[in-house]
Amino acid sequence: MPIILSVNGQKHSIDNAAADVPLLWVLRDMVGMTGTKFGCGVGLCGACGVLIGGQRFFSCQTPLRAVIGRDVTTIEGLGEDPHGAALQQAWEEVDVVQCGYCQPGQLIVACALLKANPRPDDAAIDEGMSGNLCRCGTYPRIRKAVKLAAGGMK
Amino acid sequence: MSEGGFSRRGVLQGAAAVGAALVVPVARGSVGGALAANAYISITAMGVELALPKTEMGQGVITSLSMLVAEELGVALNKVRVSIPDGDAPRFAPITQETGGSTSIREVYKPMRQAAARARVGLIEAAARQWGVPPGQCDLVDGMVVAGKRRLAMGDLIASAVLPREAPMRQNLRLIGRPTPRIDARPKITGAMQFGIDFRLPGMKVATLAQCPIYGGMLAGLDEKAALATPGVVKLVKGRDVVFVVADHYWAALQGYVAANVQWAPGPKTADQGAIVADLDAALAQPGHSAKAQGDLNAARGREFSATYHQPFLAHAAMEPLACTIHVTDGACEIWSGSQVPAQARADAAKALGLGEDKVTFHNFQMGGGFGRRLETDMVLRAVELGRAVPYPVKLVWSREEDVQHDMFRPAYADRISAVIDDKGRPIAWEHRIAGSSIMARLMGDGFKGVDGDAIEGAVEMPYAVAAHHVTFQQVESAVPTSWWRGVGGLRSCFVVESFIDELAHGAGADPLAYRLALMEDARSRAVLSRAAKEAGWGRALPSGQGMGMAVLKLWGTHIAAVVEAKVAEGQISAVRVTIAVDCGLAINPLGIEAQVESGVIFGLSAALYGEITMKDGAAQQSNYHDFRILRMNEAPRIATHIIASQADPGGMGEPPCAVVAPALANAVFAASGQRMRKLPLVV
Repeated sequence: MPIILSVNGQKHSIDNAAADVPLLWVLRDMVGMTGTKFGCGVGLCGACGVLIGGQRFFSCQTPLRAVIGRDVTTIEGLGEDPHGAALQQAWEEVDVVQCGYCQPGQLIVACALLKANPRPDDAAIDEGMSGNLCRCGTYPRIRKAVKLAAGGMK
Repeated sequence: MSEGGFSRRGVLQGAAAVGAALVVPVARGSVGGALAANAYISITAMGVELALPKTEMGQGVITSLSMLVAEELGVALNKVRVSIPDGDAPRFAPITQETGGSTSIREVYKPMRQAAARARVGLIEAAARQWGVPPGQCDLVDGMVVAGKRRLAMGDLIASAVLPREAPMRQNLRLIGRPTPRIDARPKITGAMQFGIDFRLPGMKVATLAQCPIYGGMLAGLDEKAALATPGVVKLVKGRDVVFVVADHYWAALQGYVAANVQWAPGPKTADQGAIVADLDAALAQPGHSAKAQGDLNAARGREFSATYHQPFLAHAAMEPLACTIHVTDGACEIWSGSQVPAQARADAAKALGLGEDKVTFHNFQMGGGFGRRLETDMVLRAVELGRAVPYPVKLVWSREEDVQHDMFRPAYADRISAVIDDKGRPIAWEHRIAGSSIMARLMGDGFKGVDGDAIEGAVEMPYAVAAHHVTFQQVESAVPTSWWRGVGGLRSCFVVESFIDELAHGAGADPLAYRLALMEDARSRAVLSRAAKEAGWGRALPSGQGMGMAVLKLWGTHIAAVVEAKVAEGQISAVRVTIAVDCGLAINPLGIEAQVESGVIFGLSAALYGEITMKDGAAQQSNYHDFRILRMNEAPRIATHIIASQADPGGMGEPPCAVVAPALANAVFAASGQRMRKLPLVV
């Protein structure tokens, strides 16, 4: 029996043998969706973040079996979410991105943050975003962009 | 830059100096429906195409170089289509595609603008001929040559345009100097951007590798049966000091590696931190090879003062782990990866395979951070080692642990400055000894004459005038592989010089700002330091446990100063606020410059507060972001950037901001706590 994986509302059929494989590698190497990034493999950097039920999960630490029957939102589907779309727009306006490799994970966690706290202050942003690493140092602009997106949401 | 005349970068700097020479054909008309301004700018009926002559790793070169081309050619920025070319030395010569030493702008700025300007003039002259009007009455605007009410699309002039040998660059600037968001942001925020690690091919396998953790050690044994029994694992490839596990996907490869229970023959276990530092200290007792010998040290009379500083090995730890896809076929090879040296990577792969370079294709990608790590090609050579053993295409993905442990590290260094101080507290003799691994020596082989031209940067041309100024370099190697790291010699020198000058200032009972300014002759350095101090509110009262420190640097045509406000409490150092003033010559994209400042400040703070790779029993002890920490958002200071207007040629911006932060922070810690910091990372 194949496992049905739902990503951004689309169903993918995955070989049952993959039940223990972390979602990250199912997405990247089986489904072929590479927007979700591999950074550390141990839940330290946040690059592999996905949303499940509006909450952020590290896909490198989440076995496929744990998401059966649930829809996974990845960076490729984030624009369909009103918070996600607002954040992407703010990211462009503030010119956040440098190398861009960590940004899918940053946007995913920012989206989870805004869903939980639509008007985060600096301290809440720092707390919410500190599980995600950026080696290029885009933190000051991320702060600004999260605020911009929050301010623009109705 | 290097005394032997051989430097990967030296070649580039030569290229920049001859600028106009690289504008290739004098009269090149239409080739396949395109007007080639040079080897990498071409004009078609669709718009302007730019094959990026440098590599993109987040520094924003796609945007800034497109701005230069769009400026000269009078097109909107979004009419420039940028591609990332394969590694191709002949195509770009005398420029190399190598992107290191903050060269993205400073070495191609003139060639880019001059080539685009020649195309502009060629197009205008073609239209003017057709109309029978003087070219001076025409301009190129929005992709059209215009003269009064007459208009001709650029694309319709391709066939008749003849490029002049030389052409003036535009004077009235429309794009250059305007804060411009980067043009490649969208795919990076939608997940569409494909980095090297994301590349996929039909029928491709995915592999990971385990390299002997102990330098000089070898593979001793492994449980092949267990590894091959792991679901998804298809093959093991063994090398002298490496095992590759090939599988259907990365996770299977990693599980196969775990099952293999690899055993290593440890080798001589020569890398040991204590011994390495002792060797560096011993080297400081030697005179070393002279990099600068200005004035007579022995003639100076006064109080003597010296201090020794230590800096650690550093990993690059870019967010994108090393990865390289390769397909070796009979007599040819194709490679897909992100490299700061795509042409070198191609050449090195060809050599390893015994193939001509024309048989090897290296497809380059945007990189998820470079910072100098991808100036090396070891990750490509590992892929070659694997690729030649399998008939199918294979993507080799390094685990983060392999990426950190088998980095080629920023060298560990020891520096000592010995000064003679006159009765006013000013240095009149200054001897700076540098001891550490030489990256240039590795590259130059027998051509190396004792002084590493990269390592001494920032020490030989420091911003302070001292009558007798000597700098020496003493090469000290260990088993640890070393390479360039963001800031290179300027990074190391700035920590030492700016810490030492701060010590002299305090020793003289002087204000560190006034003391520095009194010793500085260079107006641009004085201007940035004064500006940073003013903007930071230098001298204002701060709560107990807080302090301000400063540092200044001139490097690669850029003058930059930092004032850091630090807090020391309960044994913890934090940077509260960082103020930067920078004069990097003509500021092409101020928004990009600010991004590089913020980036460099945070990168530099990560190193200053946490960065350290240590060696024990022959191996690097750190392996992931838990023990090679980098700053998190809650630790990031407020950063203010002040750009000083300048018409000088553009300087480098990728690295100087990274170099000024650690000394400014160390000096701030002294101001806050009275503890002088002579070792990185900083510990109170």
